[in-house]
Amino acid sequence: MIVARTGNEAMAEAMRQINPDVVAAYPITPATEVVQLFAKFVSDGKVDTEFVPAESEHSAISACCGASAAGARVMTSTASQGLALMHEILYIAAGLRLPIVICLVNRSLSSPINIHCDHSDSLGSRDSGWIQIFSENTQEAYDSTIQAVKIAESALLPAMVTTDGFILSHGMERIELLNDQDVPKFLGERKVKYSLLDVDNPITLGPLDLQDYFFEHKRSEIDAMNNVLPIIEKVQKEFGDRFGRFYPVVDEYKLDDAEVAILVMGSTGGTAKVAVERLREKGKKVGLIRARIYRPFPKSHMLNALKKVDVVGIMDRSDTLSTLGGHLYNDCRSILYDSDKRPLLKNFIYGLGGRDITIEEIESIYENLFALKKAGKVDKDIVYFGVREE
Amino acid sequence: MSEKKGWRELPIGLVTEPASSKRFETGDWRSERPIWDENKCIHCLICWIYCPDSAIIVKDEKVQGIDYRYCKGCGICAEECPPKVKAITMVREEK
Repeated sequence: MIVARTGNEAMAEAMRQINPDVVAAYPITPATEVVQLFAKFVSDGKVDTEFVPAESEHSAISACCGASAAGARVMTSTASQGLALMHEILYIAAGLRLPIVICLVNRSLSSPINIHCDHSDSLGSRDSGWIQIFSENTQEAYDSTIQAVKIAESALLPAMVTTDGFILSHGMERIELLNDQDVPKFLGERKVKYSLLDVDNPITLGPLDLQDYFFEHKRSEIDAMNNVLPIIEKVQKEFGDRFGRFYPVVDEYKLDDAEVAILVMGSTGGTAKVAVERLREKGKKVGLIRARIYRPFPKSHMLNALKKVDVVGIMDRSDTLSTLGGHLYNDCRSILYDSDKRPLLKNFIYGLGGRDITIEEIESIYENLFALKKAGKVDKDIVYFGVREE
Repeated sequence: MSEKKGWRELPIGLVTEPASSKRFETGDWRSERPIWDENKCIHCLICWIYCPDSAIIVKDEKVQGIDYRYCKGCGICAEECPPKVKAITMVREEK
C-alpha cells in the first residue's frame, strides 16, 4: 500500500505492525510523535502492547530492560537528551544481551540547546554496544525498523534505527507499507533461552562481576558485535527476497567509475544523490558512499568502497571534539592504515544543529575534491563546512 | 586460573545460577551486633519486614533470633523495633 507518511508516522506504523509486547517510553522532540502515535494505537486497541509511560528516559529504558529480560519483544523511541539520559542503561541492555529496538530521531546534544538534526546524540552512544542503522529516507526508516527487530533478536544485541530530526521525522514522503499480516510472519516469535518470569527455572541476571569474570563477559559481548554484519546481510536479503526492497550495508551510488566521492550518513545521502546526478550530466565522474550501518563498522565493505576512488570527502554531521575531526572520518582513516590503496581524505564537518546542506553546496564539495585530486594532496584535513568564518 | 571458564563457555547475557548469594556470608562485615531479648519481644515481625538481609529468623510467626551469618549490623531492626518494646539493642562487636 502506497501512502504519504512522515518519518515519525512511518516508524510508529512499523511499531504497530511489529506489535511489540512492551513499549516503555518518554516523549521528546523530535521523536514525540512516535510515542504519541503509538500510544494512540494502544488506546484504540490496534496493538496488544503493554504501554508503560515512564517518568524519564532513564526509567523508560530501564523498564525496557526488565521486560526484555522477561522474554518480551520490546521497543521504545527517543532523541538527543533523552538518549543521553538513557546512556547508563544502554550499556546494561547490551551487556545483558537484551534485543531492545529504539526508534531514534537524531537531534543535536546541548549545549547550545537546539532541537534540530545532527548526529551527536546517536554517535555519542556509539561505544555502548548497540547496533546502529542510519536512514536516508522515510521508506528506509520504516523498513529498517522492521529489520532491526529481527537483527537484534538474532544477534542478541540491542539496535537503534535513526532518522534525521525534522528532515525525515517531520517531512512527508511517499512510502510503501507492508501488509499488516506480513510483518509478524517475517519476524516470527521471539525465542528466549532464559526468562526472569520463568519461576520453574530461576536465574540470576546481571550479578556483580569482578576481576575473575568481568573481562570474559565483556569479551563475549565483543564477539557478539563481531558477528553482527553477516546477520544484518542475511536479514536484509530475507527482507528483499520477500518484499522486493534490498538494502546494502554500505550504499554505493555511481561509484564504480568515479574519480572522487563523498561519504555521508543519513538524509544527506538523498541530497547528495541529486548532486551526483547533476554533475554526471556535466560529464564529471563523481560517486557517493553512504554508511547505512554505523555500528558495527562495516570495515571490509567500506574499504572496498573507499578504494574505488582517488579522493574521498568525508561528511560528518558531528564532531568528536578531540581535535581529530568527525566520527566517520576517524573510522575511515583507521581502516585505511593497512590498505594497499589509500585515497586522499578530507573531512567536512557540516550541518551541526540542523544547519541545512544544499545540493549546490554538495556540488561545491565535489569541485573541491577534483581540485585536491589535481593537486595530488589535501590542503586542509578538517574543515567546518557552512560555518561563518570557517 | 585453570579451573575458571573461558569466555566461550559462559552462558550468553550475564546469566548465572539463582540464589548464589546464599553462599556469600556477609556477617563478617559487622561492626555492631544486634542483641535480641526474647522476654521483651512481642513478635510484631517489624524487624523481619525491614531487615535488608533476611537475617531475622522466624518460625511459626515467632522471632527465634538473628542469623549472624548474614547480619551486617546495620541496626535497622533496633531502630524499627517499637519504642515501647525495645527488644533489640546494638552493641559493639569485639573480638
